[in-house]
Amino acid sequence: MAETEAVPVGAAEAGRWPRGAGDTGRSRPVEGVRAYGLIVGMWLRSTLAYRASFVMTTVGNFVATAFDFVTIMLMFTHVDALGGYTLPEIALLYGVSATAFGLADLVLGSMDRLGRRVRDGTLDTLLVRPVPVLAQVAADRFALRRLGRITQGLLVLGYALVTLEVEWTPLKVLMLPMMVLSGAAIFGAVFVAGAAFQFFAQDASEVQNAFTYGGTTLLQYPPSIFAQDLVRGVTFVVPLAFVSWLPALYVLGRDYPLGLPGWVAFLPPLVAGVCWVLAGLAWRAGLRAYRSTGS
Amino acid sequence: MRLYAVVAAGGFRRHATYRMATAAGVFTNTVFGFVMAYTYMALWAERPRLGGYDASQALTYVWLGQALLMTCAMMGGGFESELMERIRTGDIAVDLYRPADLQAWWLAGDLGRAAFHLLGRGVAPMALGALVFDLVLPDSPVRWLAFLVAVALGVVVSFAVRFLVALSAFWLLDGAGAMQIAWLAGLFFSGMLLPLNLFPGVLGEVARALPWSSLLQVPADVFLGRRTGWDLMGAYAFQAGWAVVLLVAGRLLQSAATRRVVVQGG
Repeated sequence: MAETEAVPVGAAEAGRWPRGAGDTGRSRPVEGVRAYGLIVGMWLRSTLAYRASFVMTTVGNFVATAFDFVTIMLMFTHVDALGGYTLPEIALLYGVSATAFGLADLVLGSMDRLGRRVRDGTLDTLLVRPVPVLAQVAADRFALRRLGRITQGLLVLGYALVTLEVEWTPLKVLMLPMMVLSGAAIFGAVFVAGAAFQFFAQDASEVQNAFTYGGTTLLQYPPSIFAQDLVRGVTFVVPLAFVSWLPALYVLGRDYPLGLPGWVAFLPPLVAGVCWVLAGLAWRAGLRAYRSTGS
Repeated sequence: MRLYAVVAAGGFRRHATYRMATAAGVFTNTVFGFVMAYTYMALWAERPRLGGYDASQALTYVWLGQALLMTCAMMGGGFESELMERIRTGDIAVDLYRPADLQAWWLAGDLGRAAFHLLGRGVAPMALGALVFDLVLPDSPVRWLAFLVAVALGVVVSFAVRFLVALSAFWLLDGAGAMQIAWLAGLFFSGMLLPLNLFPGVLGEVARALPWSSLLQVPADVFLGRRTGWDLMGAYAFQAGWAVVLLVAGRLLQSAATRRVVVQGG
């Protein structure tokens, strides 16, 4: 998909960049979030300057992601259940995974451009600014059109909630926002770790797609249809199962294939925290190892 | 003719340069192949012989899709964004002065790209898929050859569509919207999401008649031995027919476009 946004120049020179943390007394994370907000705001203004293009690309984003669910609906024109799961049940798995991934993609999805910046040397510009590099890379070319994916995920989630026959308890209701937010954080950590990997292998940005786009596709289907080893891999190695599978199966009142105890359904926030620590360490290691091309 | 052979070889070499990116792409194709293979296995476990395929044929279809995704540029890619950029900046004027045909030039380059993607991005995922899953591979060399002909025709149809999309930049300047529509249509109607013979009713009939079915559905059916003899000739005629119609349309659009080229000075 072509990036069509114009690149605003002169924002840095215009003195809109926040001063370093030392000047204002703000802590580094706060400074990072503030800078992220400023850069995002700039890209929003740039995006909305081309409204027709924005509407078209957002609709396109919506349709492209909707195809995944259309595929599932086409499958259900031939069957009543897939892997023992009905359409509303799969819609719940799908809605949670798609919304969580959509949020992460909106906030951090631009990070897969890092490899290109390393290759063409423009990362150096970010290093000399008194703003955390992570915030700058994450906000780079912020793409509001990704709201299309979130909208689509929420619609499917809504469909699932209307059609599901579940004995709702207060705990199960609370699980929903917890799943979506923790899931977004887990996917976000994958984006950061993937970007860190690109410091070492600039051309390999597509590897990341296997875990992000591939991961969300995987989570849209019930775990019962996949090989045990694959389920183990996404539970213990890249813990994507905590985005939707484990907590959603608790809501649906179903057992997880690996025979894990019931309380693992409540672990996603903890898993998300651990993922972020690891992703942060990977990011630091990557940034330290960075050598400019000098061009 | 020699010129276009050189351009095609250049297209091949240009994409062959990025080895790391190719390896990364193969990895991603393989992961998606695995995910899709398990969903198809679940589907065919419920309904064996769905769409006339048995389970092995369905799995083979998945891996063919991953192998041909880049070759037939089902999600776009290749030359069209470059050509659009040349139209937008006015560099196209230089291209039109060259003693070479615009459409044939880009077709040659795209054929070279497709040849590389078939080898670099197609063979490895297919081989990995065949190691893990029970796939049905053609046992006669004739059918392999028949498959390669169908793929080549599919690439030409794919090119012809994307050439039309690229030329829209003469009128739209920013072709992102047109490119996106073409990309979505290619993804949906090529059979990349689900074999087109699983599409219900009229939707299925329309999808099978559209040019995009030449990109995956037709080559896959040739590979699986579902189209042989006169039926194979029918498949080729379908693909070649769309290729001719779309290439001629591209030519007409090109002559209309070049009449309105205004090159900005400076």
